[in-house]
Amino acid sequence: MDVLTENFSLYGKGFLGTVELTVYASLLALVLGFVMASFRVAPVGSFRVFGTVWVAVLRNTPLTLLFFAVLLGLPRFGLVLPFQLFAVLALGCYTSAFICEVLRSGINTVPKGQGEAARSLGMTFGHTLGSVVLPQAFRSVIPPIGSTLIALAKNSAIAGAFSVTELLGTYKTLNELGYSIIWTFVWIAVGYLIITLSISALFNVLEKRYGVAR
Amino acid sequence: MTAHALHGDLESTALYDIPGPRAQRRHFLYGIVSTAAILVLAGWILYLLFDTHQFTTAKWSPFAYEGIQELLLKGLWNTLKAFLYAAVLSLLLGAVLATGRLSVHRPVRWLATLCVEFFRAMPVLVMIFFIFVALKVQPLPALVAGLTLYNGSVLAEVFRTGINAVERGQREAAYALGMRKTQVMSHILAPQAVRAMLPTIISQLVVALKDTSLGYLITYEEFLHAGKLIASNLDYDLPFIPVVMIISPIYIGMCMLLSWFATWVARRERRNVKTKAVKVGPPEPGVVLPGRD
Repeated sequence: MDVLTENFSLYGKGFLGTVELTVYASLLALVLGFVMASFRVAPVGSFRVFGTVWVAVLRNTPLTLLFFAVLLGLPRFGLVLPFQLFAVLALGCYTSAFICEVLRSGINTVPKGQGEAARSLGMTFGHTLGSVVLPQAFRSVIPPIGSTLIALAKNSAIAGAFSVTELLGTYKTLNELGYSIIWTFVWIAVGYLIITLSISALFNVLEKRYGVAR
Repeated sequence: MTAHALHGDLESTALYDIPGPRAQRRHFLYGIVSTAAILVLAGWILYLLFDTHQFTTAKWSPFAYEGIQELLLKGLWNTLKAFLYAAVLSLLLGAVLATGRLSVHRPVRWLATLCVEFFRAMPVLVMIFFIFVALKVQPLPALVAGLTLYNGSVLAEVFRTGINAVERGQREAAYALGMRKTQVMSHILAPQAVRAMLPTIISQLVVALKDTSLGYLITYEEFLHAGKLIASNLDYDLPFIPVVMIISPIYIGMCMLLSWFATWVARRERRNVKTKAVKVGPPEPGVVLPGRD
């Protein structure tokens, strides 16, 4: 218990670091994932190829390798950004591949007839997508998006090992200060549980409110 | 007919009609413009590479040395070793935990559920660091133990859903014939479930293979670690980008091969009448709140 009370600010900083990383990377992943999903269902071949390659490569890249390449590699191009931003970039791009697949399968769950009906009513493509297909797809993808974002929050731990201020990274300082290493990890674990449980709870609420009733 | 064949995969979406001649011409134009844009982007990256002198002989010469090649091969072997250990042990742990979760004895069920939920909810890296730092275990066992705990718990869920997905009548008939619980499981349920679960199991093994790279963070001498050693070598003018360009395709290629294998098995199973009705969804990463299974 002492470990937590005596180092509350350190833990707090790490905790906030993880939350920040998770939030920003989630936003990036959702936006990029949406773009890639629309690429993958586009009628233009080159877009589809681009989306497919993006997903296939990023889904099969070990995240550590991606962090290694982005955090340590990009500066060699003369691109020097704060580590935090690099971490958001790596996490966001990685997760966008998974979000893309979730969204795409969500679009595929909408029956073909819905789009046909919308078009036969004279709706434009934008209307068909925005008012008929996406709202239905959105309802069915809430739970898998929740799991993907939970995975993102857990993956953010890797950033800590690459010296981004983050919850797991706090163990190093506490270890040097000579605190009980077991308790240090217990509180880190509790911190991660709080974050994953909150995301899980948030998506449970969203699902209750918007999800497809079965 | 050609339009049909060209856009065959579009038929399954609700988004478009099959494009007519005008739309096809328009799409062709979009295709050319976007391809050009992608090529420009690729050209720019290539220019950046040349501009920062990534293709100088000094940076690429280390890969010609036998010692360096051996270092990389050793790293690759260590990666595969960690993967094989982790894969076998996770399958075993998964089987044990799944049996626990399906047990008729309540305490066993609760204990197994607790294990599964906890280890799925924790970041793998936290577990690996805990085992490595707090329990002072060597890098390889620490990495394998961390991967096993996580992937074993996820696989336990896969096994459980797989077993439960086998039609009820199968086990009822088996019990009616007088089979014991173990017999029903090993003769009736498991053989049918395994076929349906196989693609999902292989996809989870891809996750295990990808996560072996976490070993780099606890100084396990795996593939990425070997790369790092070469990349930070001053004698070769810090060949960081060349190392990334050599290592990533190998890593990504290994994972892709395994992913493709999973897809291939899935496609084969889908055509198989014996498993047509059973579908095991992909495992989800740690959802602790109840009511989501």
